[in-house]
Amino acid sequence: MKKTNVEEINRNIYDIKNIDDYDYKIQKGLTKEIVEEMSNQKKDPDWMREIRLKALEIYNQLELPTWGPNLSELNMNEIATYVRPKGKMVSSWDDVPEDIKNTFDKLGIPEAEKTSLAGVGAQYDSEVVYHSIKEDLIKQGVIYTDMETAVKEYPEIVKEHFMKCVPISDHKFVALHAAVWSGGSFVYVPKGVKLDIPLQSYFRLNSPESGQFEHTLIIVDEGASLHFIEGCSAPKYNKVNLHAGCVELYVKDNSYLRYSTIENWSKNMLNLNTKKAIVGKNAEIDWVSGSFGSKISMLYPMSILNGENAKTEFTGISFAGNGQNLDNGFKVIHNAPNTSSVVNSKSISKNGGKCTFRSLVRVNENAKKSKCSISCESLMLDDISVSDTIPVNDVRTDEVEFSHEAKIGKISDKAIFYLMSRGLSEEDAKAMIVRGFAYPISKELPVEYAVEMNNLINLELEGAIG
Amino acid sequence: MDNVLLKIEDLFVNAGDREILKGINLKINKGETHVIMGPNGSGKTTTANAILNNPEYKKQDGKIEFEGKDITNLGTDEIARRGIFMSFQIPEEIPGISVTNFLKTAKQQVTGKPIKMFEFKEELKYNMDGLNMSSKNIDRSLNVGFSGGEKKKNEILQMLVLNPKLAILDETDSGLDVDAIKTVSKGIQMFKDEDNAVLIITHNAKILADLKVDFVHILVDGKIIKTGGEELIKEIEENGYANYKNN
Repeated sequence: MKKTNVEEINRNIYDIKNIDDYDYKIQKGLTKEIVEEMSNQKKDPDWMREIRLKALEIYNQLELPTWGPNLSELNMNEIATYVRPKGKMVSSWDDVPEDIKNTFDKLGIPEAEKTSLAGVGAQYDSEVVYHSIKEDLIKQGVIYTDMETAVKEYPEIVKEHFMKCVPISDHKFVALHAAVWSGGSFVYVPKGVKLDIPLQSYFRLNSPESGQFEHTLIIVDEGASLHFIEGCSAPKYNKVNLHAGCVELYVKDNSYLRYSTIENWSKNMLNLNTKKAIVGKNAEIDWVSGSFGSKISMLYPMSILNGENAKTEFTGISFAGNGQNLDNGFKVIHNAPNTSSVVNSKSISKNGGKCTFRSLVRVNENAKKSKCSISCESLMLDDISVSDTIPVNDVRTDEVEFSHEAKIGKISDKAIFYLMSRGLSEEDAKAMIVRGFAYPISKELPVEYAVEMNNLINLELEGAIG
Repeated sequence: MDNVLLKIEDLFVNAGDREILKGINLKINKGETHVIMGPNGSGKTTTANAILNNPEYKKQDGKIEFEGKDITNLGTDEIARRGIFMSFQIPEEIPGISVTNFLKTAKQQVTGKPIKMFEFKEELKYNMDGLNMSSKNIDRSLNVGFSGGEKKKNEILQMLVLNPKLAILDETDSGLDVDAIKTVSKGIQMFKDEDNAVLIITHNAKILADLKVDFVHILVDGKIIKTGGEELIKEIEENGYANYKNN
């Protein structure tokens, strides 16, 4: 049997680097002066500048998390927090600078926009370079724009919601985010408006030794419905890049939001992202999450079920290879009667990669007759890879249906032999088994992402047989 | 010589520390149907797995040729691509991969050609009809939640679709009811022609009732101790293996 251990696989399009050619790049580091300079560059209103400076103070007071992956290699003195790309935000791809447009072309964004999306946002480094939305949605009152525009044009809505779902003091990287946030998308879906095709924002970080801190704020008003897709990627550099985005979702009474993410950051990225949703009466948030890239990921989307009959589902997959430590999971707070949460998580680790699934379930005393069911399954492709499940359950009422199921396994030699006896090579046999394992998740993704995920699995498994 | 498909010479195989096959010799020509019968633990399944070079079974000595070429130590996938198929006694379950998807991939690997979807679907439908299989099954995950009978029919379907030169059926009839055995037997008849061969491993004569069998080999304690024609089947049915065990 051939033995190869490919650490640096060719990630094709994801690894295409453009020259680091920007309009403005702030000096590395994180000081009051740097935050002020950034705020000037961004022409913030005063209230936003105050939030930034307050957040910086909180950042300086908070400690790094004492649990989870070791973040000691992160040195904020080596990270440029703001890189403004060339050009202004436009609504025609023809007006996007050529090399940036080429990157998004290769990622398939303009093509997907034509065939399957109702609106697209594209961020390159710290700013959104492209935003568009279908005419008929504008007529129905749907707002989909970059956060900077929202701050200027809809200050009241933004003030009411910005860093309210995720409080600045939540943890150190939320505070960091609030101090240096830039870019991201703002969505407002008015009462009763149902979007039948998704909106998508894509975040690309090209600049080395920099950070991306986009802020996504989505408000789905009463009785409305939305599917939002978030994609992220970056080419690989030798030094650490940082992603500390923040996603705040307001899912009002009787509304529905599906939030899908495919994260394929490069393997020098620290992905310390925070996502939360506040869910009203009879409303539902469904999270679909694919986590493939990053050196370290700490990502635990959270649903706060505040209204009676509120529901949430989380469907996620993580795939960790050599040198990757993906510490992902899900948090839910049942804070009203009759609420329900369903979690279905899978992870794959190979070549020494580590996947941890962390869950936090809190069922408050008032959340009578609530239901929570968690199932996580891990597949380890060799003996040196690691998989772990860390559940924390805090249930404060007896009237609750609760189940937690965890399975950890390996690819069976018998299954490989069976497939090989049908002519598949060992590599193909393993890839097929892994694709099948991931299928319950990939079928929940938008089709082009499901295809992309399968390609990633094949790519990741090439030469991975040891 | 041109007609020889499989030739096994003096094959010794261990499973773990145990010596299972102790010098097997077997020759199968095109157009022939062979049967290996023997009591439990005599080495029937080991023989099938050794031909496919299952790494769980370690060859100690001997040689296997297929169409005149040494395949003793070839990879299982390469052996399959040369035209040998094995129906598993306990087919593996592969969650998340549909039967169609799997068959398409396998057929592409075995033939080395891209699949023409229309033809492929027609062929699939024809074979499934022949095996009384519900077309719903092809969208289900491979073998997951299939009954014993469905799994075995699915093996026969794979045989028909992949159309090997030599099909080895390892106890395909075990655990099946009379109707299912008839279906499997019908599948074998659909498959069999002058250019291919079948090796049926069984300890049950029922599956053989409707088939024309050319050679019957009695395998006891890792050795073929008798080879004959169809008359041996009847003898085993009446007397069991008692007469052979003390040899």
